[in-house]
Amino acid sequence: MNLYSAQDRKDVEQLHAEPVNARRNRQPLYAARKKIFPKRAEGQFRRFKWIVMLVTLGIYYISPWIRWDRGPFAPDQAILIDLSSRRFFFFFIEIWPQEFYYVAGLLVMAGFGLFLVTSAVGRAWCGYACPQTVWVDLFLVVERAIEGDRNARMKLDAGPWTFDKLRKRVAKHAIWLVIGMATGGAWIFYFADAPTLAVSLLTGKASMAAYATIAVLTATTYVLGGLMREQVCTYMCPWPRIQGAMLDENSLVVTYNDWRGEPRTRHARKAVAQGAMVGDCVDCNACVAVCPMGIDIRDGQQMECITCALCIDACNGVMDKTGKPRGLIAYATLSEYAGNMALATDGGRTAVQPSRVRNPDGSFTDTIRHFDWRIIFRPRVVFYAVIWMSVGIAMLVHLAMRDRLELNVVHDRNPQYVLESNGSIRNGYTLRVLNMVPAQRRIVLSLAGLEGATMRIAELGRQEGRSFIIDAAPDAATSLKVFVTLNPNAARAEGFLFVLEAEDHSDRATYRAAFNAPGDVQ
Amino acid sequence: MPEKHIDEISGVETTGHEWDGIRELNNPMPRWWVYTFYATILWAIGYAIAYPAIPMITSATKGYLGFSSRAELQQDLDHAKVAQAQFQEMIATKSVQEIDADATLREFAIAGGASAFKVNCAPCHGSGATGGPGFPNLNDDDWLWGGDLDAIQTTIAHGVRYDTDPDTHVSEMPAFAEILDLDQTRQVAAYVWSLTNKPSNPALAEAGKQIFMDNCAACHGDDAKGKAEMGAPNLADAIWLKGRGEDAIVRQVMSPKHGVMPAWQGRLGDTAVKQLTVFVHSLGGGR
Repeated sequence: MNLYSAQDRKDVEQLHAEPVNARRNRQPLYAARKKIFPKRAEGQFRRFKWIVMLVTLGIYYISPWIRWDRGPFAPDQAILIDLSSRRFFFFFIEIWPQEFYYVAGLLVMAGFGLFLVTSAVGRAWCGYACPQTVWVDLFLVVERAIEGDRNARMKLDAGPWTFDKLRKRVAKHAIWLVIGMATGGAWIFYFADAPTLAVSLLTGKASMAAYATIAVLTATTYVLGGLMREQVCTYMCPWPRIQGAMLDENSLVVTYNDWRGEPRTRHARKAVAQGAMVGDCVDCNACVAVCPMGIDIRDGQQMECITCALCIDACNGVMDKTGKPRGLIAYATLSEYAGNMALATDGGRTAVQPSRVRNPDGSFTDTIRHFDWRIIFRPRVVFYAVIWMSVGIAMLVHLAMRDRLELNVVHDRNPQYVLESNGSIRNGYTLRVLNMVPAQRRIVLSLAGLEGATMRIAELGRQEGRSFIIDAAPDAATSLKVFVTLNPNAARAEGFLFVLEAEDHSDRATYRAAFNAPGDVQ
Repeated sequence: MPEKHIDEISGVETTGHEWDGIRELNNPMPRWWVYTFYATILWAIGYAIAYPAIPMITSATKGYLGFSSRAELQQDLDHAKVAQAQFQEMIATKSVQEIDADATLREFAIAGGASAFKVNCAPCHGSGATGGPGFPNLNDDDWLWGGDLDAIQTTIAHGVRYDTDPDTHVSEMPAFAEILDLDQTRQVAAYVWSLTNKPSNPALAEAGKQIFMDNCAACHGDDAKGKAEMGAPNLADAIWLKGRGEDAIVRQVMSPKHGVMPAWQGRLGDTAVKQLTVFVHSLGGGR
């Protein structure tokens, strides 16, 4: 039996699906958007996307409610961006504003992570993890539940405004708005104690900023996820263009394999009976019908494609029914695809000839190139992975070794020095002792260098000495006015160190300070 | 109007304008652009109604919301006043010692005092309170009229040699040009300078000691360390108000200069004087 001329199958539904965003159909910018009614897909990628949606939404909604005990002097919310007291809490990590470089490091990692993922598996971020994709998916679930699948929705949309249509539309938009509100509502819980804020939100006592944030995020979620959908990716988002520029011939992209699909026909049996050779594509348009971007993957690589892989699922279902091997639409690299195309078209000299890639029994020839997973570990990907991990490891090491004690010193500049009646010289300093742990600590402040000098701390009284014990408030900065006096017989003024050390020697900080003295004083 | 012209390649009508053979296609604006444009028009109308916008002959329309940046500033100032009221009240009822002992009040008083100092005191004492020739440095530990909180408060409140205040500090050093001749003056100057420095001529200084005891010790003390109760400066320390060196001392002995400081109690009020007191005391020299 000749496999590639298999019979027409009655159970393969021929869909009338027009790819509204395909280049040949694309509207000018001033024309109204043509609606897309993506059909529900089923298959391994759709299942994977459900899992990703569940996990990402779960993380987003649940995270602010996780508790983490830090003692009485710090909040017990695991993830908290405390803007009013300028602290960021992430489980066992606490970050002060001056440690913002950790966030810069995370952004660097996010950037390289994107490079890494894109060069290895193409636009996987767009297709699976991007919030726009996830929320549009969620909104489509609601739309399908209320209005039905593709055909029912198209019919409803084209039909007159009946009570039933009104009811369905109101219900759909209402649920979308509720989802939008839940999205905005979850967002603000990252910025305040979640249970307290939830109560004050419901009793109308939360701040105006909280309600305004919810309102804005409700609006953006509803508009971007419900109304604008694929237009966000195509017109508003810069990632598709940046990611498109980062793909190379070895990146995995969702590919329609022309070399085995063409020539496509809906009437394979007739064509074969007439002695024509046909490809595997039965032109059922299933791939177009499921596409949320409104394109036809069979047109080749397109900027609009977010590589959500739903067309792969749709096509695999059809291939199963027609008894053909899966993978007519599949993840493939450009080089693999181009090699097979060259084979099928004799280097581009002819149209696709099935006989060039198939044996007489219909199976593919051995010269066909298949995806080799080792291509993922090519130098470029390894390079990105190494940088990504280096930044991460460097941050972890730094995080583990950082001191939770800091000393900031501002040297008085007016006056720069004061001559005392006994001829000694006094300099004033404002010290800020940053005790960055949520516990009260006894900290020793002492002078190192500058022989013949003593200091006095205004907050501790009039006592002179070279070493004092300070009670540093938990998770706070303690401000001290320190006067350092150099006696008149001292050799000469020079720089010295303020040394700060926790009494248990766990943390230490120093500051090299200058000491000003007039040149003409004897 | 030029004739209607259709571009051959795109099939789109052109605007009819031509520059060097180049014609502009008359495509409509993108929809988002048009909507944004309409939105800005609506916004402008709303704004003109809500806020002062349209100029009239002497003023402008007031706007529905009655916004005024002046009123807003006044509101901010009133808010600040209300927020400070509780501290001001506490300062009014407490003594300077009590204020200085209370960490919160002390911080507030120092901030308020620093602000009042910049406006009222800096012209003479300098923005860093370092003074200058004839104007005392308030950072150091040398005080003409006493350096504890009470003494500083009295000096600020009533001033020095300020005639209109009955409680002002008064002291006057006589002009010794009429009492001592020039040689004696040089001798006593050398003696005073020798207390803390090397005199130009030790014999001169030796001779000056008796003259000092006879004429100066009554106010400045036998040890020349001064007497704060009569505003007599300490002559045996490193700090010289009018000038350093024997010549400067000679000038001051022959015809003394006397500084004047206004009384601030009536002008600034009790709470401001207390805040200034705590601030000056905190500069580092307070006793």
